Amino acid sequence: MKKLINDPEQVVQEMLSGFVAAYPKLVKQVPNTSVVVREESPVQGKVGLVSGGGSGHEPSHAGFVGKGMLDGAVAGEVFTSPTPDQVLEAIKAVDGGKGVLLIIKNYTGDVLNFEMAAELAEMESINVAKVIVNDDVAVENSTYTTGRRGIAGTVFVHKITGAVAETGASLEEVEAVANKVIQNVRTMGMALTPCTVPAAGKPSFTIGETEMEIGMGIHGEPGIERSEIQSADEITEALLTKVLDDLNLEENSEVAVLINGLGATPLLELYIVNNKVSQILKEKNIHVHETFIGEYMTSIEMAGCSISLLKLDEQLKELLDASANTAAFRK
Amino acid sequence: MEIGVEEIKQWLQQLSQTLQNKKEYLTDLDQAIGDGDHGLNMARGFKEVSVKIENTSYTDLGLIFKDTGMTLLTKVGGASGPLYGTAFIKCATVLTGKVTMNVSELTDALEAALNGIQARGKANLFDKTMIDVWEPVVSYLKDHKDSVDWEDVMRLSNEKMEATKDLEAKKGRASYLGKRSIGFIDPGATSSAYFFTELSKVLKGVSK
Repeated sequence: MKKLINDPEQVVQEMLSGFVAAYPKLVKQVPNTSVVVREESPVQGKVGLVSGGGSGHEPSHAGFVGKGMLDGAVAGEVFTSPTPDQVLEAIKAVDGGKGVLLIIKNYTGDVLNFEMAAELAEMESINVAKVIVNDDVAVENSTYTTGRRGIAGTVFVHKITGAVAETGASLEEVEAVANKVIQNVRTMGMALTPCTVPAAGKPSFTIGETEMEIGMGIHGEPGIERSEIQSADEITEALLTKVLDDLNLEENSEVAVLINGLGATPLLELYIVNNKVSQILKEKNIHVHETFIGEYMTSIEMAGCSISLLKLDEQLKELLDASANTAAFRK
Repeated sequence: MEIGVEEIKQWLQQLSQTLQNKKEYLTDLDQAIGDGDHGLNMARGFKEVSVKIENTSYTDLGLIFKDTGMTLLTKVGGASGPLYGTAFIKCATVLTGKVTMNVSELTDALEAALNGIQARGKANLFDKTMIDVWEPVVSYLKDHKDSVDWEDVMRLSNEKMEATKDLEAKKGRASYLGKRSIGFIDPGATSSAYFFTELSKVLKGVSK
């Protein structure tokens, strides 16, 4: 393992301290927790938005804390969901009297810990609602399984839900908008190389020099297919086809595109991916309202990318365009 | 057979030691079909439990179970934190105020724990989870309250753990793999087998 760290046990706390030190005008850390909240928290008269999950996905989620997006982010150990007491601290720190919405990525651990936190918060008379993001089309959805995973499309949920919360909407209205984004966003990813959790010290999986894994999760969970690497165009077409098939877009639909790097894939390659994405969408007469390219939800130092499409209507477009000021997302 | 705080302490310390020793093995199991954090999380959580109970004197079984559960809940994260945390806290509610317990009371506590794990994790038997070990062991204890053979409990928990290898995961991170999860032992079933094995080792030595 070759990493720029001090002590594998301290990576999360040191990362958070460094993050907060960089953006004192935007965020603050709740003392003795792994919770980062907006500098002016709790914002009165506004629904508080809390997300979080295991660390290792930076800038998710603390990077999206700020005006127009999240009020609080809870960081767990690397690839491990945070504990209920930490989530509760976040809920308490951002509750401005209009209730708190939890944005949870669909993983058993995240759902369990956030649900327990919601129960604890309700015991303290804080109104809490939750939404579960499951944008990953790589895994089949079934009522008999845990369902689809939440990955990079979550960033659109943060952005749009944050914008509606900023208008002073009620908890029910904010929750409804969050669910609308979740219903309209799909993502598919792939990986070229594995990543190493600092405390584990070895890669989460092995992959041949000329292989790739389609549908890889953001924690190195196996995907749906291991095969020989193909060209960027072929890979992009495979990913985008899966997303398009699932999203059921009619001609003349409007979408937002997110090309997300997993940590070790340079922008140069992400732009090449988008070259093909934009071509395919044009051919299909699907209009791109806006494209976002960069690292939004990483998997430590994994090489690979994901492609997300969000189907837009007038409401979602307006909310996507609204201003936001966070460390990793500005509009 | 009377089981007191000393036996529970001994069990938890042995379990913690086993989890430290098996940290990499559990991580390997989890890397095969999950996200690879089970060994790290269990080892970290039980290390905290070990320190907590070492430095506390208990007169009430409920309190040692509660402390263990709260420590796991607040230090572990992942799915195992809430699930094992819930298990110990449910035991605590049954054992509150008891200085010692017999096998029947222990069984009641473990049954409450099993129900708690099921309510939280919503997993059923044969979903390839910790339930696949817990359910048969609790059933055995219910059927053998007066005649429990702890060697049988050890054998049963290991057998059921091994049997998860042939199951397709329906819950947890491994469920995303569908049929590709077949052929691997479930990490949560494995840590559950350690849980019952270490408990059996301690209780086997307690005179009837």
